[in-house]
Amino acid sequence: MDLRATYRDAGVVTVVDIGGRITLGEGSALLRKTIRELLDEGRINIVLNLADVNYIDSSGIGELVTAFTTVKNRGGNLKLLHLTKKVHDLLQLTKLFTVFDVYSDENTALGSFR
Amino acid sequence: MTAETKHLEVTLETQVESVNVAEEMCLRVAESAGFGEDDCYRIGMSVREGVINAFHYGNQERPDKKIHLAVDLTPEKMIIKVLDEGKGFDLSQVPDPLAQENLLSTSGRGIFLMRAFMDEFNVVPGRTGGAEIIMSKRLPAGNNPSTENQDGQGAEPPQRA
Repeated sequence: MDLRATYRDAGVVTVVDIGGRITLGEGSALLRKTIRELLDEGRINIVLNLADVNYIDSSGIGELVTAFTTVKNRGGNLKLLHLTKKVHDLLQLTKLFTVFDVYSDENTALGSFR
Repeated sequence: MTAETKHLEVTLETQVESVNVAEEMCLRVAESAGFGEDDCYRIGMSVREGVINAFHYGNQERPDKKIHLAVDLTPEKMIIKVLDEGKGFDLSQVPDPLAQENLLSTSGRGIFLMRAFMDEFNVVPGRTGGAEIIMSKRLPAGNNPSTENQDGQGAEPPQRA
């Protein structure tokens, strides 16, 4: 699956649709660049849609944590949506499931910002 | 090494692309050995993490240093060795990424993942002074190691990347 990241407005929230492998190199760099762009535009409430991310390594996990803390430090929130089984299992294994807000329904994820 | 052991080794450059090269090479061996999809995922991830460790922590991303990857396929298990040319490290000093104070750390999960995904895992001093990660996965029951090349010469000749 090709690496890609696009974003769309949903009220005060921005939904980022990211696809491909978030791994050391291009995948992690794309996530970092996308989050930085959003924060530069003042978009601090972010839902990261990981439906098309079927692989993530420790570098990708590190990048997710960086995104989470960077957004928090700017007064916003980053939440995860539609985890694939592999990503879900990896976040459970690393106990990050307890750190991130994770949703399986987009409307519920968007509603959580109200 | 016994006659039944298939051996493959490659010397990789200290660069990001080597992580994918190593993963793909080991996945081919794992698939040929009969590992299922889930085990192949775990083996591939562990190889990635081993090579990332060598690339980043061992060789400090220095292009003049190499990463040495070796795979042995015995009748019982697949053994993967990743050797760097760094200063070595003490496994007991690696922080626990599951500790509350480390949960939001942006790095330090590679060793944990390799330990979780493989049956055996250890780090020993390398013959060139670096650190050598040695990890293995038992072959699935009822599977004999096989390679595309059935003449006992191994899956592929040693190569340099």
